[in-house]
Amino acid sequence: MNSGISKRRYIEIAVLNVLVYISAGLMCLMLLGIIGYILVRGIPHMTLTLLTSKPSLINDTIGILPNILNTLYIIMATLVLVLPIGVGAAVYLNEYARNKRIVHMIELATETLSGIPSIIYGLVGMLIFVQFLSLGTSLIAGALTLVIMTLPTIIKTTQESLKTVPKGYREGALGLGAGKWHMIRTTVLPSAIDGIVTGCILSIGRIVGESAALLFTAGMANEILGIRESVMPGKAGSTLTVALYMYAKERGEFDIAFSIGAILLILTFIINLAAKLAAKKLRRKEN
Amino acid sequence: MKKLKKTTDAIEKAMNALFTFCGFLAVAFVLMITVFLVISGIPAISKIGITDFLFGTTWASTAAEPRYGILPFIFTSVYGTAGAIVIGVPIGLMCAVYLAKMSGKKSAGIVRTAVDLLSGIPSVVYGLLGMIIIVPLVRKAFDLPDGANLFSAIIVLAVMILPSVISVSETAIKAVPKEYEEASLALGATKTETVFKVVVPAAKSGILTAVVLGIGRAIGEAMAVMMVAGNVANMPGLFKSVRFLTTAVASEMSYSSGLQRQALFSIALVLFVFIMIINIMVNFVVKRGESNE
Repeated sequence: MNSGISKRRYIEIAVLNVLVYISAGLMCLMLLGIIGYILVRGIPHMTLTLLTSKPSLINDTIGILPNILNTLYIIMATLVLVLPIGVGAAVYLNEYARNKRIVHMIELATETLSGIPSIIYGLVGMLIFVQFLSLGTSLIAGALTLVIMTLPTIIKTTQESLKTVPKGYREGALGLGAGKWHMIRTTVLPSAIDGIVTGCILSIGRIVGESAALLFTAGMANEILGIRESVMPGKAGSTLTVALYMYAKERGEFDIAFSIGAILLILTFIINLAAKLAAKKLRRKEN
Repeated sequence: MKKLKKTTDAIEKAMNALFTFCGFLAVAFVLMITVFLVISGIPAISKIGITDFLFGTTWASTAAEPRYGILPFIFTSVYGTAGAIVIGVPIGLMCAVYLAKMSGKKSAGIVRTAVDLLSGIPSVVYGLLGMIIIVPLVRKAFDLPDGANLFSAIIVLAVMILPSVISVSETAIKAVPKEYEEASLALGATKTETVFKVVVPAAKSGILTAVVLGIGRAIGEAMAVMMVAGNVANMPGLFKSVRFLTTAVASEMSYSSGLQRQALFSIALVLFVFIMIINIMVNFVVKRGESNE
């Protein structure tokens, strides 16, 4: 080493270096440990009965098909509702709003929404949708709760990609005599589609992982529901995460819980990969 | 032609109104959440008395003579969050330093992927792992009758806040102007010294934001904590079974009624106030950081 470095300095540097590398290594080890443990304990119990049936007391079997379906229903219902609102809000912020104060106020509101913990969403969702609007504990009440929760994500990603649409596109469309809405519909929104897709993927990730907000809104039922049934008031159903919680905490069925955990893990990794690809595409456009 | 102009005008006006409505929905949602929480949280507080409620040390909601003191929950949430920060932030900061300054492109990619994936894992999965791995480990290591206690919850929370602490601090460290580093290197400091004595201090407002965000995540986490903290309304001790503000709401909600149920809403209101204070702090820190630059 350099002769100008005293022994104390040298040790200090070495210790800091070691700590940095240990911390970084810890992240990788933790991830590998989690993946390994969950898959090893979860995969062996992932039988066909588990994946394709509902829990049956008579046969004494457990099936998670209802939970898989409920998760899909909630994702679809939430996205169908949150997309128009979120994209609309982003369009308003980026294209229509003139008053800086109003923009600031709305952005402050979305930031506040994204900071509220999911258990509070669950409680407020119960108060508003389950009780006040008397939808009962139901998938639709759960989806409405998640609409409020995922709104900030959709607004933010859409807004980011709206900002990348070149000004010339807008001026060109307006110059050719298009009305503002016509211009937005035909020029601005199609160019911002990848931001909207990114927002959707991130929201799906959030919905798949959500449990506290759904416990008291969507309920804990394990019945198989048809698509049309799933949006009816009073039709409760638990998603995969809520089912994992119930099987692990309330019933001590850890093998089932680990199987659900393995499914969730695989799902979140796929979603993560998709989000990364979408973000990469968005960045390429920016440059 | 005139008629066409009229209809397009009408459509333009309608769309304008619709987009404005969407824009204000976010504000409406915040107001709605606040109003519903305040309206349903106030009755129990006024019945129990605000000092008895906030500073009462016993929570016995189902006893013959119910007591509704939430000080144990408040302290547990504060201690649990502080513990998670004390463990999580140093590790997170070190990892952020690695990602921003001390890694090759390839190894940084691997670690960053790990961090991203960790942040996507659902909280019930962390809870399940805590239940099966951490709780028995804590029980054996400290020779306790039960490992479901504040300590286990702190460890699970520390792991859960790591990804957000890392990504926010990494951004902050990367935003420090290159000249700072070059000046320090030119003066004879080594790379490591430069990073820790020049770059990290210069990024302190961003790192502070990371800490506050970590606090927000830890204090709001419910499901994972519910699975590892034991859920008894004790005053907090490191190896005691405890209940957080979040788990106090969640664990009794399904079977509560009357004043007990109202009191749960009041707990949620207290939690909401905590979160709002943290939100304001984030905004304040971010603003001050921006005006410094």
